[in-house]
Amino acid sequence: MPKTKYDKEYNVKQYLRERFFPHIWCPGCGHGIVLGSLLRAVEELGLDPTEIVMTSGIGCSARISGYVNFHSLHTIHGRALAFATGVKLSTPKLNLIVPMGDGDALAIGGNHFIHAARRNIDITAIVMNNRIYGMTGGQFSPLTGYGQKATTAPYSTIDNEFDVVKLATAAGASFVARSTTFHATECIDLIKKAISHKGFSVVEIFSQCPTHYGRKNKKGDASNMMELYKKTTVPIGSKKLEQDPSLIERGIFVDNKEAPEYCDEYEKIIQTAMKGRA
Amino acid sequence: MGKLKLKEHLIGRNWCKGCGICVHFCPKSVLELDDEDKAVAVRPEDCIYCKLCELRCPDLAIEVKIQKEDENE
Ligand SMILES: Cc1ncc(C[n+]2csc(CCOP(=O)(O)OP(=O)(O)O)c2C)c(N)n1
Ligand code: SF4
Ligand code: SF4
Ligand code: SF4
Ligand SMILES: [Mg+2]
Repeated sequence: MPKTKYDKEYNVKQYLRERFFPHIWCPGCGHGIVLGSLLRAVEELGLDPTEIVMTSGIGCSARISGYVNFHSLHTIHGRALAFATGVKLSTPKLNLIVPMGDGDALAIGGNHFIHAARRNIDITAIVMNNRIYGMTGGQFSPLTGYGQKATTAPYSTIDNEFDVVKLATAAGASFVARSTTFHATECIDLIKKAISHKGFSVVEIFSQCPTHYGRKNKKGDASNMMELYKKTTVPIGSKKLEQDPSLIERGIFVDNKEAPEYCDEYEKIIQTAMKGRA
Repeated sequence: MGKLKLKEHLIGRNWCKGCGICVHFCPKSVLELDDEDKAVAVRPEDCIYCKLCELRCPDLAIEVKIQKEDENE
């Protein structure tokens, strides 16, 4: 993070539907920081907003699609990647960006998630991991983790959590990265690389929900939760891991430019099938 | 770019929800919440325009504007 002069100027409002602001998220909700990082990434890449399609499911996180002045589809819980797949296959030159909650992506949408990864279709999924179902009142999700509290686990959960990075990697995603809302400039950089990458890209961003996860687990206010992200994470391969293996790594875990992309493969099938017909 | 200096902190009072993130993380204690729980730059002269406040504001409510030293207001 910059400690001194940061001479980049942003104009994120050019990509906002300002009429819907102030947004609905609670004070200190990390999802707004993810939105900011995403818009700065789009601005730095100089993308044409008319060639960006954002599809989202349901959740506080999924509300992002209503705030951006791109093409947007606010669809059904867990199914945003299926809609994105349809849009992408119809017009492969479009940039598909899918913001997802941890529940949206890995509970109800877990199957869509692993299969989008397996196909390696050129879509960027941003998993906004607050370890809770924020929108519906703080039920535990597959990312809450053992021993944490939620409204549906007043005595703490007995469920283990997924590791989003390992899951996405094993399922075949060709770009996989992780950061946190504390590391907002790192988020900009990772989102830029994820969007530029051709293939299925996953960026997991730890995003605080002070209202539910934070309150239930006595993590303090939003600033405090971000301090915890700073304390409990390190760049990939950091020396600190030797002393404390419980630290969580941030950065780019997979960046495979060789893996065949799904729309390209589909185009080849079309060419083969059409041979001699024209 | 020539030498840079601070122009102003643009804080959208309608968008700011008083979460205090910008206040908490400002390395120079430039920002405070006022009695309406809105962020204000109380010590702008100490600002090093690192933009951490802008980049981490969940409400996109704060912008740190800079200009070249020789530019007029
Ligand atoms: C088919 C269906 N099942 C359940 C719901 C209720 N529901 C809405 S949002 C949500 C979970 C939201 O959690 P997450 O995806 O983590 O997003 P967050 O709100 O935490 O950002 C659920 C279960 C729904 N809208 N549709
Ligand atoms: S409930 Fe949690 S995730 Fe939803 S807006 Fe509030 S802080 Fe954000
Ligand atoms: S971070 Fe943004 S919303 Fe929070 S107090 Fe500062 S200006 Fe207001
Ligand atoms: S730019 Fe940096 S020093 Fe200036 S108010 Fe923001 S956080 Fe503080
Ligand atoms: Mg969630």
